[in-house]
Amino acid sequence: MPRSRLMELSGWGNVPRQAAQVFRPEKVAEARAVVASPPAGTLLARGLGRSYGDAALNENGNILLDTRLSRFLAFDPAAGVLECEAGVSLEDILHTFVPRGFFPPVTPGTKFVTIGGAIAADVHGKNHHRDGSIAEFIDGLDLLTATGEVLPCSREQNSDIFFATLGGMGLTGVILQARIRLRKIESAYIAVDYQQAPNLDAALAAFASGDEQYQYSVAWIDCLSRGASLGRSVLIRGNHATAGELPPGLANGPLNATLRHKRSVHFNLPNFALSPLTVRLFNNRFYARHKDGRKYVDYDEFFYPLDSLLHWNRIYGKRGFFQYQAVFPATKDGGCLRKLLQRLSTSGRASFLAVLKTMGKSSGGLLSFPMPGHTLALDIPNGGPTTVALLRELDAIVMDHGGRVYLAKDACMTAESFQRMYPNVGQFDEIKNRLDPQGVFSSSQARRLGIGEGVMA
Amino acid sequence: MSSTPTGYYGLTSMPPHTDVTASRGANWVVVVGASSGIGRAIANEWAASGNDIILAGRDLDDLNRSAADLRIRFGRQIEVTAFDALAFDTHEAFWRNCRELAPEGIAGVILLHGFLPVQLDAQTDLALMRQTVDTNLTSAISLLSLVSNDFERRGSGFICVFSSVAGDRGRQSNYVYGSAKAGLTAFLSGLRSRLFKSGVSVTTVKPGFVDTGMTWGLPGLFLVAQPRDVAYDVFQAVSKGRAHVYTPWFWQYIMLIIKSIPESVFKRMKL
Repeated sequence: MPRSRLMELSGWGNVPRQAAQVFRPEKVAEARAVVASPPAGTLLARGLGRSYGDAALNENGNILLDTRLSRFLAFDPAAGVLECEAGVSLEDILHTFVPRGFFPPVTPGTKFVTIGGAIAADVHGKNHHRDGSIAEFIDGLDLLTATGEVLPCSREQNSDIFFATLGGMGLTGVILQARIRLRKIESAYIAVDYQQAPNLDAALAAFASGDEQYQYSVAWIDCLSRGASLGRSVLIRGNHATAGELPPGLANGPLNATLRHKRSVHFNLPNFALSPLTVRLFNNRFYARHKDGRKYVDYDEFFYPLDSLLHWNRIYGKRGFFQYQAVFPATKDGGCLRKLLQRLSTSGRASFLAVLKTMGKSSGGLLSFPMPGHTLALDIPNGGPTTVALLRELDAIVMDHGGRVYLAKDACMTAESFQRMYPNVGQFDEIKNRLDPQGVFSSSQARRLGIGEGVMA
Repeated sequence: MSSTPTGYYGLTSMPPHTDVTASRGANWVVVVGASSGIGRAIANEWAASGNDIILAGRDLDDLNRSAADLRIRFGRQIEVTAFDALAFDTHEAFWRNCRELAPEGIAGVILLHGFLPVQLDAQTDLALMRQTVDTNLTSAISLLSLVSNDFERRGSGFICVFSSVAGDRGRQSNYVYGSAKAGLTAFLSGLRSRLFKSGVSVTTVKPGFVDTGMTWGLPGLFLVAQPRDVAYDVFQAVSKGRAHVYTPWFWQYIMLIIKSIPESVFKRMKL
């Protein structure tokens, strides 16, 4: 049995913080050894810890860190299919494959995620309205289950387990490796169009009229603006630039962008650093700076603006923060969105970054988040019980409109809300209990939300 | 999907730092103990610098995975072969096999394999004592004798061996392991002066604590280095033909202090 290490872990929001025994296998055989004779308590795989709340925590249990299982196993350049171990990060894929003309088919707002984590959360990106979530590009995966067996899963083989594992938050087992279809690109640049929208109606109208022209589409939205300016936004939409359309003079050719130097936040900032005042100043500046027009930016700047500031989560200080993301069916008047924004702007809770986008079809993952509609994502500093109360109010608005909250971001939803938002949980529980009758795999979030307990209840 | 990787490892283009012309002449590097955390980083470092690699060790399934990874990343030729340190009578066949796998010639050999016993067990268990000395010392002498005879005859090549700071001074907490590593350091010292006139370099690496599976979860570690940083240091040292390298560098000073403690004081300490 490999050695473990007692560590205090948190999600990217830095709240909550919980202790667990952490294993970090360097070989598949070591991962299998941990699962074959599990130590006391439950087990959960974890990658780079970019989920925000307690989805990758397992309080007083065991964590299997997959960051050292990070090898590429096969690559077929004709089909663009990459087979790799689950601990491979998107950053590694970008670094290796962008110069060869390939790009991850779906990427969240950070490249510091593992493929295993991306599959477990069925992550989506700015192209969801057109391409769907990452699940659509996973051709198959190997799942190490509670019995110690390695099950090959795909749409053809063990398909029920495949769809329970896509978005399954690691509760079906440990994803060991996966086959992912990469996208062919001609350049490392994105042709981006910026468009200001003075209020919510203008933003929704712009989304509705122009989104089909763009592979990537997202709106930065000012959560502090009120009244006639409620929902003031900047639409940021783009496509992979072709080699031919790039402006001349790129030193290293179209596929070799010179990425910005990374800076780091070395310590937790004091709480006043992010106050309604500073956020208002930031938002005004951001809106004013993004006049309508086209720019060519490298993929790093377009997809990962926050990654250039390592440990940016420390901006929120020691108290940490919640990330809230919900999706709800789109209506003409933007009813749900309007209510959420009204509630947020009157709360005065500073949200440094709020993002709005349109979502396309669901992937079929039983616990997957995406569904057709609008999704709103924002940061809220942890102000204790009043913040939790605010989030519960937002949950109620989302539920009233038939929406749901993203498990990879959630830290304080109730089990009742979860059961209403995720109607397929019964089917998930049935598969989970068949695969893992002893309940070896669990997480703090799963226990809080009662995932995997449905069949026994 | 099978657990052993299969598929096509071709590339549309080479990464920018890969020098394809470097493949002319002796270009192969043999990494023994390649499935350890540091072994992977070392193989990565040399492949990134345009070398073809033979990965040697016991866990062939794991080595095949690393080989696939290196082929995809760097577009080099990567071979995998079994090496059992304690099966001394197989070493000659192993070395012959390496030479057959590397028709362009072997530029260098890097030895990382080792065995760290629990000291208390090694004080009472003769089999464990022998395993410690044989894995860390005897096997290296056995294999390096074959390698050095070849390199000496050819008049080129490098030998790089992971010894340990534990060999700098015997401490009660791990002196069985330490004594094997001390012997290894002494052997390398002699080998270095013998091979100097043939143009063959011998580099002794003394790593401090490195963040790998071997140290994960051990109490009392400090200033733990990342494998890729250690691999970088080792590559630099070998490229410059240096005799010794402590990595990270400050271990040289830590060991200088430990070596300078008078024996009358040292024997009373709990190091």
